[in-house]
Amino acid sequence: MTTAYTPASEPSGGRSGSLRGRRTGSILADRAATVLLWGTGCFVLLVLGSIILHFALAAWGVVSVNFVVGDPSETSLGGILPILWNSVYILVLTMMISVPLGILGGIYMSEYAVENAITNAIRFAEESISSVPSIVVGLFGLILFVDDLHWGFCALAGALALTLFNLPLMTRLSEQALRAVPLDERSASLALGATKWQTIRHVVVPLAIPGLVTGVILTAGRVFGEAAVLLFTSGIGTPVHYNFLNLDITNPASPWSPFRPATTLAVYIWKLNSEGLGIYVRQVVDGSAAILISMVLIFNLGARGLGRLLTRRLTAA
Amino acid sequence: MVTPTSTQEPMIRRVEVTGPVLDEASAGHDVKVATVHVSILYGQKVAVRDVSLDVRERSIMALIGPSGSGKSTFLRCFNRMNDLIPGASVKGEVRLDGEDVTDKDVSVVELRRRVGMVFQRPNPFPMSIYENVAYGPRRRGQNDRRQLDELVETSLRRAALWDEVKDELRRKSGLALSGGQQQRLCIARVLATQPEVILMDEPASALDPVSTLRIEELMRELRESYTIVIVTHNMQQAARVSDITAFFTMAEDRAGYLVETGPTGQIFTRPNERLTEDYISGRFG
Repeated sequence: MTTAYTPASEPSGGRSGSLRGRRTGSILADRAATVLLWGTGCFVLLVLGSIILHFALAAWGVVSVNFVVGDPSETSLGGILPILWNSVYILVLTMMISVPLGILGGIYMSEYAVENAITNAIRFAEESISSVPSIVVGLFGLILFVDDLHWGFCALAGALALTLFNLPLMTRLSEQALRAVPLDERSASLALGATKWQTIRHVVVPLAIPGLVTGVILTAGRVFGEAAVLLFTSGIGTPVHYNFLNLDITNPASPWSPFRPATTLAVYIWKLNSEGLGIYVRQVVDGSAAILISMVLIFNLGARGLGRLLTRRLTAA
Repeated sequence: MVTPTSTQEPMIRRVEVTGPVLDEASAGHDVKVATVHVSILYGQKVAVRDVSLDVRERSIMALIGPSGSGKSTFLRCFNRMNDLIPGASVKGEVRLDGEDVTDKDVSVVELRRRVGMVFQRPNPFPMSIYENVAYGPRRRGQNDRRQLDELVETSLRRAALWDEVKDELRRKSGLALSGGQQQRLCIARVLATQPEVILMDEPASALDPVSTLRIEELMRELRESYTIVIVTHNMQQAARVSDITAFFTMAEDRAGYLVETGPTGQIFTRPNERLTEDYISGRFG
């Protein structure tokens, strides 16, 4: 933010005055707005900074290599790798389903749909689902996937429930990102004899990637942080030893299988914090929270980087 | 004073009737594109009323007239860009080599390959210079590396941009060029689709005078091989580059219509209509 922008003051009824030192209301309002907006921006940074700082301090001395990869045990610090793995696993599974669907939905809403009662209904549904409390989405997942379909508590049930929860947001954000691509570039492509789909594929989507990445980051953040949806779908447990060499995805003992209970970091933190009885509960919670935050930051930076790479790839050959 | 209505004969003054000899260069050439009683509507509102005119092969026609006289809207009927505007409809016939392109069976994609367009604001894609030029051919399935290289080079040479960009074709983004270079890149991009007609919608209005002159020189060169229709607000520009000038203005209901068309020299010195004379001499518009 810079303050280089200074609007001219109102002309004062034909009277010519000095150009210096005049403090008209509009200039004061301009200054006030600048200060307010700067302040708000700083406040957001401050909040983020203090959260990170708090957990960095709390986790100091707790987080170690052993804390992550050590043997899971109720009576010692650490061994949260299986939990961490579950968070990443469910994140990837959810994103694999909801990102393509969300982007395709966004393309439909922004490029193909004609404004009418149906699109209005879709938007209303998007907003409604987004504002349903996540615990209710979790209950719905419990009834549908866990009970009715007899999948039991499993990663796939969690990922699908999260998709229900996330798809409206992803669709809406994709639609907005695609709509923001200027008409100029679309016209240029169409005027060169490109078809509508070619224009979408080669011009609109590549130009919308920064916005699409924002959508991915926001929805991914909800997956990392979501506990309520997963309590009833992917299950609550303690770290169990995983054999990563077991690649048989149909075997519930394999960490690669979507049909196994999978406690994520956020659920684990909730569980320990509310009912943990071990002597190290406080430390494990703090350490886990610190790791969760680091994961989110790493993911966000990674997604931005990947987005930039993707833009370059898509706009080249 | 002429007040046209849709029932009247089109307001066209054929050069053969009113003017002296047709510009030598375009005399004898066949009609490349033509409109016959074309009206363009946005919903119920008439934007352009009953325009009939012929553009001869390998000539430059300039469409001039005040803002709101429907020149740009009219220009966009040649490559059916009005299709993109919800509620817009075109009545009458738009002919390319005698074939009506407003017909539903006509492939818009093929039409736009043959009738290219350069826009008012330079709008290169955020891609390398090479990929900008190769965009049209690639969408048509042209993927042979050597042929593309050749096509990109030829197009950039014809657009008088090659020497300035040849060393960083693949490294430099089209957006990193200056405004004038960007517009020449957009022209090269159109040339790469090997069009027959090039439409230009105020192609130099966003450029500085030097870049404008380069674009005008370029147009004169392109005229050797292409048929060009240009919309311009700049009357000197119309006088400098075009062979034929068509003057548009708007009626009381704000619908644009064609007042007269004729060899550029004549339109700017001895127009047939009072309206044209007033506009040319700056009395209105």
